[in-house]
Amino acid sequence: MKLHTPIDKNKLKNLNAGEEIYISGTIYTARDSAHKLLLQMINNNEKLPFELNGAVIYYAGPSPTKPGEIVGSIGPTTSYRMDKYTPDILKEGAAILIGKGSRNEEVKISLLENGAIYCAALGGAGALMASKVKSSSLVAFSELGPEAIYKLEVEDFPVIVVNDLKGNDIYECH
Amino acid sequence: MKRISFNNIVNSIKDSVIEINCVASKELLNKYDTGIMRENNELSKKVLINLKQNAIIAKEKMIPICQDTGTAVLFLEIGTEVVIDGGFIYDAIYEGVKLGYQEGYLRKSIVDNPLSRNNTGNNLPPIIHTKLVEGDTLSIVLLAKGAGSENMSAIKMMAPSEGINGIEKFVLETVKNAGSNPCPPITVGVGIGSNFEGVALLAKKALVKEFFEIPEDPNITKIEKDLKEKLNLLNIGPQGFGGKTSVFDVAILMEPCHIASLPVAVNINCHVIRHKKLVF
Repeated sequence: MKLHTPIDKNKLKNLNAGEEIYISGTIYTARDSAHKLLLQMINNNEKLPFELNGAVIYYAGPSPTKPGEIVGSIGPTTSYRMDKYTPDILKEGAAILIGKGSRNEEVKISLLENGAIYCAALGGAGALMASKVKSSSLVAFSELGPEAIYKLEVEDFPVIVVNDLKGNDIYECH
Repeated sequence: MKRISFNNIVNSIKDSVIEINCVASKELLNKYDTGIMRENNELSKKVLINLKQNAIIAKEKMIPICQDTGTAVLFLEIGTEVVIDGGFIYDAIYEGVKLGYQEGYLRKSIVDNPLSRNNTGNNLPPIIHTKLVEGDTLSIVLLAKGAGSENMSAIKMMAPSEGINGIEKFVLETVKNAGSNPCPPITVGVGIGSNFEGVALLAKKALVKEFFEIPEDPNITKIEKDLKEKLNLLNIGPQGFGGKTSVFDVAILMEPCHIASLPVAVNINCHVIRHKKLVF
């Protein structure tokens, strides 16, 4: 299944946990510290550095870009550390979250309530994931170094659905 | 006396830090292959094929296998007849780690303070464990240790009466709870004995057990083998999607302990095994 950004949430309804999807278009990186700052901005009603409605958020902090490359290694980081912030991010309309590892019950409920899905990229496969990135630019929080928000243009970025909109979880399916 | 130059240590550490992060060892590639052969589940097989492909791309481009290029952890064994010419050995290690992470385009993942959390920008400080030994050899075992798996590690001060069954139960629980988080297939380092701080160090050292001259104990080998089998029946599988390859290896190190204690520590390593031994 191929999906293009911005994501039409209607297209997520029929996806199944364990299914591979290929995302093309724009995705944004955000991990621990970036989430903390985004939440502060949401709470203060400030304008966010990118549109969260329909967004794809990738929990990742790349290694530095080598000369001649588009981006450094860029695999997913473990997602549960973002659980605390995720329901608020989902309320803002984020459609697909990408990381690795399982989420808590609150996040799973919030995904269903907001019609969003959580997917896993391959952990420890940063070089492979980098090969799917066609351009990369810094969007916000440059002071955070690898934890800054990057805008990535990706083509057929491969992820596996973990939590679908039928309430299934691939980590619990076996 | 053997004289080892400060710059020799700096350069060796620098080169090794880059090498272990970008070039997968033959052993790791073989582990992926064995897993690919064993898995029947299509998704799990495909995951392992992709992990191997990732390692091949990383080597071709000399970019990190994983973006979390880790904390540099070093076990030093310094012969009492070794003299470092041109500076202090810890300074050489700091310099080597700093240069390696800079010149190798490796991620700087260390914050200066666990609460205020500002990135130090050079991946310093490393974590160094030093042991004095007889002789004129300096050996350094270097690991790049990622945090996703480190976070899933655990320690327990058990009652001696819990014995081997209690230990196995604790290891199984720890790995089960870790699930998909530490990027399986994992390597499980188990420390048994010593004391509170000692057992954690034993578990870390167990991850690189092959680099230390530890006499083989058939009882330990059997426990390692049994645990590996039991862990692989948990059906966590590569990346947690199910399958037979949840762990690549289990390695145990034991030390004497107090009559009232049975300390046990479980240190988990992700599938990307990144370590090397340097001998001067």
